[in-house]
Amino acid sequence: MTTAALDIPLSDQKSSSAAGIALTLLLPIALVNAIGFILPVLNLARMSFNEALPGGGIAEAFTAANWTGLLEDGFYIELITNSIVVSLGITLATLLVSYPIALYLHRASGAWRTFLTVLVISPLLTSAVVRTYGWIALLAEQGPVANVIASMGFEPPRMMFNTTGVVIGLTEILMPYMILSLMAGFGRLDPKVEEAARTLGAPPFRTFWRVILPLTLPGIALGCLLCFVLAISSFITPKLMGGGRVFLLATEIYDQAIVTLNWPLAATLSMLVLVIFGAALAVYSRILHVIEG
Amino acid sequence: MEEKPTSWFMRIAVTILFLFLLAPVLLVFPISFSGDQILAFPPSSWSLRWYEALLGNNVMMSAFLTSLGLATVVTVLSLIIAIPASYAIVRLKVTGSEFLFNLFTAPLLLPTIVLGLAILIIFASMGLLATFTGLVIGHLVITLPYALRVLSVSLGNLNLACEEAASSLGAKPLAVFGKVTLPMMAPGIVAATALCFLVSFDEVVITLFLTGPRMTTLPVELFHHVESQADPLVASVSVLLILMTLAVVMIVDRTMGLTRAFVK
Repeated sequence: MTTAALDIPLSDQKSSSAAGIALTLLLPIALVNAIGFILPVLNLARMSFNEALPGGGIAEAFTAANWTGLLEDGFYIELITNSIVVSLGITLATLLVSYPIALYLHRASGAWRTFLTVLVISPLLTSAVVRTYGWIALLAEQGPVANVIASMGFEPPRMMFNTTGVVIGLTEILMPYMILSLMAGFGRLDPKVEEAARTLGAPPFRTFWRVILPLTLPGIALGCLLCFVLAISSFITPKLMGGGRVFLLATEIYDQAIVTLNWPLAATLSMLVLVIFGAALAVYSRILHVIEG
Repeated sequence: MEEKPTSWFMRIAVTILFLFLLAPVLLVFPISFSGDQILAFPPSSWSLRWYEALLGNNVMMSAFLTSLGLATVVTVLSLIIAIPASYAIVRLKVTGSEFLFNLFTAPLLLPTIVLGLAILIIFASMGLLATFTGLVIGHLVITLPYALRVLSVSLGNLNLACEEAASSLGAKPLAVFGKVTLPMMAPGIVAATALCFLVSFDEVVITLFLTGPRMTTLPVELFHHVESQADPLVASVSVLLILMTLAVVMIVDRTMGLTRAFVK
């Protein structure tokens, strides 16, 4: 929100009738927000303290059993750790494949830059189901990637219905977010600084390591936060490419809600995702604090 | 050799990474013309059979019509609800307008898997599951933040002088809004319309929780299809969806310029 927009001076509209009009104008959006957002989220938080009965029933209660149950069950401990580790891996992979594109786009100019930026954004306009389907075709047992690996004389690894497939698919799906975040953070990268490093005799790698990389750290931190948060809550790709063999937080929330009908447990897992979000945000602001020091 | 800002090594690397980024989207085009019974690339023969299969698939066709109707209703409602709201927040500056703006755009901060579950539990008790009304409300929760954001920026960037001139010449507030403000907001309204339509048409995670055998949308049906079987049918639907998105984006581009619509 631009504060400039909110700072427009208004002299004669601040009467009580204007306040009444404003309330009327805001009523519909407030109603949708209350029915579709505030009420459901509060109810979800409450649901995580209810008691699940066998067979999909729910008993009104106020118990922390769902929460303590998660921490005592080895399956859920592994599920949570696995989700965090896989999401961190996806974030790192996304950073590695996005950074060169972002750097190249930052240096490109004119129509070429516009064209490439549109290419980066265009997958965002394509459904995650469609892109995941594309990856299923690419990574299938007799698919093109396996064939290329086989033709080079190697045994193609299994890339579908396991964590490898989920990581490859999600890395590609999250790339546009990472590239856009990196580019937003590249503002401080002045070509003159790189030139200075070069004329002072720094070889390309050292210029990158000592000059370019430190200047782009804020963009990296932002992109990593966004990708981690999106990875840990992503559902479509893990569900379709994991084939029921990869257990992550988001797929477990869905299965508990739709298949097992254990809503209190699904609610608890959802709240857990929000807790992880909060932790990621705290780590991000800590890192930003250190970088900007 | 002198190092250019973009060395040949970097160019090759960037080309390969762009291929990685675009590969899954590009791949659905050839697959949609496959003559095979199962999903394979490259196909062993070419045909239009999967486009024919799509036309004869009643579930997909009715899911498509539901999605089309849903996205249209959601878009129209989003504009009707978000235009007055953005006016109240940006122009009338009600008390705590910044807080209200943050509250109304907050649903975008929540993961869709969490929001979907939250809405499922509430809607189940209201009898709104697998109903058109339920889907409309569920989608509005996601489209309204986009609409409010785009429209507020568009409204905030307008020059107040024209409106002040109109009202000093004696135009009533409603006339000023209808004859001056609204036409000047046109680019923002076009952008909001396109964004709401595409977001609603594509929404799948929240919708998954709200649909049922009685009522389903195209993305949800695609999801279930990919989950249960691997054939080229999804590729032919995907190609049509990509072409539809392209058409919407081109209309926006022709009307106001793409970068102005989505970047600013």
